[in-house]
Amino acid sequence: MAQETHHDTADEAQRADAAGTAQRDDAPKRTRRDDKDGDLAIVGRSVTINRPRAELFSYWRDFTNLPSFMHAIERIEMTGDRRSTWTVKAPVGQTVTFETEVTGLVENEEIGWCSVEGSQIKTSGHVTFKDAPAGRGTVVSAEIGYEPPGGDVGRLLAKLFMAEPNIQARHELKRFKMLMETGEIATGANHKSDRGDD
Amino acid sequence: MRALTWHGNNDVRVDTHPDPEIMNPKDAILKVTSTAICGSDLHLYDGVIPGLKSGDILGHEFMGEVVETGPKSTLRKGQRVVVPFTISCGQCFFCQNQLFSACDNTNPVEKQDASEKLYGHAMGSAFGYSHLTGGYAGGQAEYVRVPFSDVGPIVIPDGMDDDEVLFLSDILPTGWMAAENAQIEPGDTVAVWGAGPVGLFAVQCAMIMGAEQVICIDHYPRRLELAQKFGAKIINFEETHVREALMEMTGGLGPDAVIDAVGMEAHGFVVDNVLDLVKQKIAPGADRGHALRQALLACRKGGRVSVPGVYGGMLDKWPLGAMMEKGLQIRGGQTHVQKYTQDLLRRIQEGQIDTTFLISHRLPLEKAAEGYKNFHDQQNEWTKVVLKPGMAS
Repeated sequence: MAQETHHDTADEAQRADAAGTAQRDDAPKRTRRDDKDGDLAIVGRSVTINRPRAELFSYWRDFTNLPSFMHAIERIEMTGDRRSTWTVKAPVGQTVTFETEVTGLVENEEIGWCSVEGSQIKTSGHVTFKDAPAGRGTVVSAEIGYEPPGGDVGRLLAKLFMAEPNIQARHELKRFKMLMETGEIATGANHKSDRGDD
Repeated sequence: MRALTWHGNNDVRVDTHPDPEIMNPKDAILKVTSTAICGSDLHLYDGVIPGLKSGDILGHEFMGEVVETGPKSTLRKGQRVVVPFTISCGQCFFCQNQLFSACDNTNPVEKQDASEKLYGHAMGSAFGYSHLTGGYAGGQAEYVRVPFSDVGPIVIPDGMDDDEVLFLSDILPTGWMAAENAQIEPGDTVAVWGAGPVGLFAVQCAMIMGAEQVICIDHYPRRLELAQKFGAKIINFEETHVREALMEMTGGLGPDAVIDAVGMEAHGFVVDNVLDLVKQKIAPGADRGHALRQALLACRKGGRVSVPGVYGGMLDKWPLGAMMEKGLQIRGGQTHVQKYTQDLLRRIQEGQIDTTFLISHRLPLEKAAEGYKNFHDQQNEWTKVVLKPGMAS
């Protein structure tokens, strides 16, 4: 874990410098008491997944796979090498659609994306893949930025699909881990008709 | 199908439910042939474990015949299997280190939040227990869905009766791990609180592991008699001052290792226990831990404390000073069943471990509620109840 902290420290320090904010301690930004990064609220989580880095990276890199563990997303269609259209679930069978663009891509290490200018929803995400110590697999850390409630779109966003963004991010990463380690996502339901998303 | 379901404190009933379906690729469905009521089911019956919902199917000690398999199950139709009560994926860090009950991947994500808050980490999962540990339907039923059937179930060789192998699902490996956690060395005295099923198996296992002397503490004469049968010395706490007796029986040293096979609903009319009982009645999540406190005080300096008994919440008046000042080592945990099953099956086959002595009553599934009531109310005579869904009622 110490090793991971060091990686994070370097990354966080660089980003903090770029943003012109002072780094107060070694903890990742998402664990700060004021979980803000400029306009966007930050949520995120790290998990250690007992699979090789390249395998995890390539599954995530194909955005059409994301709905298999991000249950708020109905589907993602690639519209170009870096562009995709995301359709997220909303109450009473409604959906919200927006465009995202891949903003950062380091093979087997890092994927960043962001909603495009003028999108109905303002969101960004960043996931890193690092070797865990002692052959324990890969540390996957995801951070999702979203527009906090305020303004019509923010309220809609919070209400529709990110009411509990922290819990949702945690659940999504745990589902990703289950799927990558075991090939399936655990359910306590005994009947297909009862299988609900959380 | 018919299944034993929980409806509230001291209220369990046999109801009709839809048969389970294959939900995931590694699932299998069993037709249950034998299923036992566990002492920890009585914690559910008494309502002292949080996270049950009305209508939940109980039962985590069961075995049966494979009747359906998912595409990635390693079982075949027609096989007879015993299923560990802990559900484990076999792939995560914990399973790969044989810490099967700490599995990261079998507790559905939405069920992990509560234990993450309560214990600091999300728990693994189990059949027929709290929704903190997955809320999986249990095996006190005609049929049961077994997720991750490629990791847990142990195939039983022909010619062995259900009653000989059923307890591989929980209480035998739990007794074994309890003794293992006591880290027994030659010459050791091991004191075991509770002559219930786990305590009695811990007695047998401690003997096999080479304890010089095993002392079992309880107040039910019939249960103490069973402990005696396996070569344990016995102390009836209603007749004897336990700590004084243990000191005298160990040359003034105290037991080298102590095992608390009682858990959160300790009996006995003593001050700390009465206070705990009151607290447990008004505040779910409070534990009643007289046995554990007594064990900590009795254990010799530098000794080992093994805790297989179930605790789920908070315990106060905890003699932390005794632990620190005497330099005690404490080990506990839900049993890593899959780690022990093959070895214990062999020991049963070789006649090293007796399992059937424990069973006092065999009942059809339809009489399960009666089984719960009697196992709860008449602990002296009802030492273990096995339900047989196929038995005529």
